Amino acid sequence: MSDSIDTTAAQTADALPPPPKQGRLSTAWRELKKAPLSAKFGLLVIFGYVFVALFAPMLTPYGESEIVGPEFEPWGEGFVLGTDNLGRDMLTRLLYGARNTIGIAFVTTCLAFLIGGVAGILAAALSGWVDQVLSRLVDILMAIPALIFALLLLTIFGTSIPTLIVIIAVLDSTRVFRLARAVSLNVVVMDFVEAARLRGERITWITIREVLPNIMPPLVAEFGLRFCFVFLTIAALSFLGLGIQPPTADWGSMVRDNATLITYGDVTPLLPAGAIALLTVGVNFVVDWFLHKTSGLRE
Amino acid sequence: MLNLVKVVAQRLALGLLVLFAVSMIIFLGVELLPGDLCQEIQGQGATKETVAACRKELGLDLPPVTRYVSWLGGVVQGDFGVSLANQREISELIGVRLSNTVFLALIAAVISVPLALILGLLAALYRNTIYDRMVNVVTLTSISTPEFFVAYILILFFSVKLGWFPSLSNVSPETEFWERVYRAILPATTLTLVVVAHMMRMTRASIINLLASPYIEMANLKGLPRSHVIVRHALPNAWAPIVNVIVINLAYLIVGVVVVEVVFVYPGLGQLIVDSVQKRDIPVVQACSLIFAATYVLLNLTADILSIVTNPRLLHPR
Repeated sequence: MSDSIDTTAAQTADALPPPPKQGRLSTAWRELKKAPLSAKFGLLVIFGYVFVALFAPMLTPYGESEIVGPEFEPWGEGFVLGTDNLGRDMLTRLLYGARNTIGIAFVTTCLAFLIGGVAGILAAALSGWVDQVLSRLVDILMAIPALIFALLLLTIFGTSIPTLIVIIAVLDSTRVFRLARAVSLNVVVMDFVEAARLRGERITWITIREVLPNIMPPLVAEFGLRFCFVFLTIAALSFLGLGIQPPTADWGSMVRDNATLITYGDVTPLLPAGAIALLTVGVNFVVDWFLHKTSGLRE
Repeated sequence: MLNLVKVVAQRLALGLLVLFAVSMIIFLGVELLPGDLCQEIQGQGATKETVAACRKELGLDLPPVTRYVSWLGGVVQGDFGVSLANQREISELIGVRLSNTVFLALIAAVISVPLALILGLLAALYRNTIYDRMVNVVTLTSISTPEFFVAYILILFFSVKLGWFPSLSNVSPETEFWERVYRAILPATTLTLVVVAHMMRMTRASIINLLASPYIEMANLKGLPRSHVIVRHALPNAWAPIVNVIVINLAYLIVGVVVVEVVFVYPGLGQLIVDSVQKRDIPVVQACSLIFAATYVLLNLTADILSIVTNPRLLHPR
């Protein structure tokens, strides 16, 4: 009896033919139509940002760090949103900022998932001392607040974009590790994993072909949340002058550079900050809906 | 009772161990530098002799373990060493700033904790109503917003347009209490807005979780009045999650102050750490990191212990 269940489980996990593409697309479309307003809004925002990030050079009237006029020019002809503290076009910087800020945050999140995800699944699949060592290490790293830890490491290694990406990715991978390990633990005890082990599959096969497909939904949702977190951390660091360095256009440092305008009642410095907020809100709305759909890990 | 003491003592020992490990990471992290601190400080103009002299002065010629022990010994007695940037005693730099930061965090906590608990409880009780959905969207928005965005919006409205509060919160040790509160209002409000959203969501989630448990359903089915069910049946079990939510968010506040202090130029520890990172003044950054991290660890430890004390079931881990 149990044998037959084993084989069917193994078959469904290994050999299930992928559903026809058309069907999948139309299911996705139907789901999308049923999505709440907040999720639709979120998707719209995300697509908008990706579009701007991809086509920034075509949309902008000037070069990224080209000085085109006097400093702090008001909104008007020539400069739609005025100029910044060095006389660069605000709109241009804002559009290029989408590219840099989102790009860096995205790369960082991917790296964090690569490190944390692989380590987490391995810890669950190998268990024993590997799990113990990794888990205790992560416990200790998580005992220090991320922003403070990042500040400490940036002091030691200096501020450049590659170090920034690596530091934030490593710090954030601890959270990914926790989740990946927790969800994989439920999967590695399943019979089809046992069957794969008995078949003599290697650990890489087991992680990639057996465990990974079964923990995708929570990981995808987590990717959204972690992206927001990374994005906000990088924005905060740039705002503090410790993240992305000039002349690269970036929303966090744009707020910092033009903050003086606020005291004159000018809302220009709020635009990049608002751009950051809008994107994270959008992503959060989509993640919220997605979590609800895949019947949530959390709440 | 004995069991309780034992479990709490275990947790305390574990917390101490974590603190120890954290201090080690913070101190020995500098060892990862390519070259060492002295070469870093002197940069291009470094010669063999000056680097050697500097190493001797900072004690870098000693092995790392010896330095760590003497550093930790000093820290325990409140001596953090000397700043590289201006040669002043770090403990002197930190003293006033630490109390300023604690003051700001306390004001924010006093406002946000009751507010968040009440609003979160209401959202849980009136689940799936318009109010609840509004709360969901508003808190989600507020969580996703960077602190400095909230801060600048507040400045724009309350200090530039209306002129009610100052946009710079410069306080000195001579500033009297109410003046201090007045100047700290805007930064405290910023922190409150960010933290309340988190706290509300967590309160709501834990209460809903609780209200879904079978024994509450039983009490409802018995026909008990709703207030009775909530006060007598649900609340005793809700203390642990609620305390947890509060303490975790206080820990969050401690970190949140960094950005907010910079926006309002509030002379606190957050401002100090950011300045020191820019100057690469490593001893000061280490000292501040240690204080922030220790507070964070201790608060999480408190949450842990409080939830054990209020929930006897946790005494018997499976």
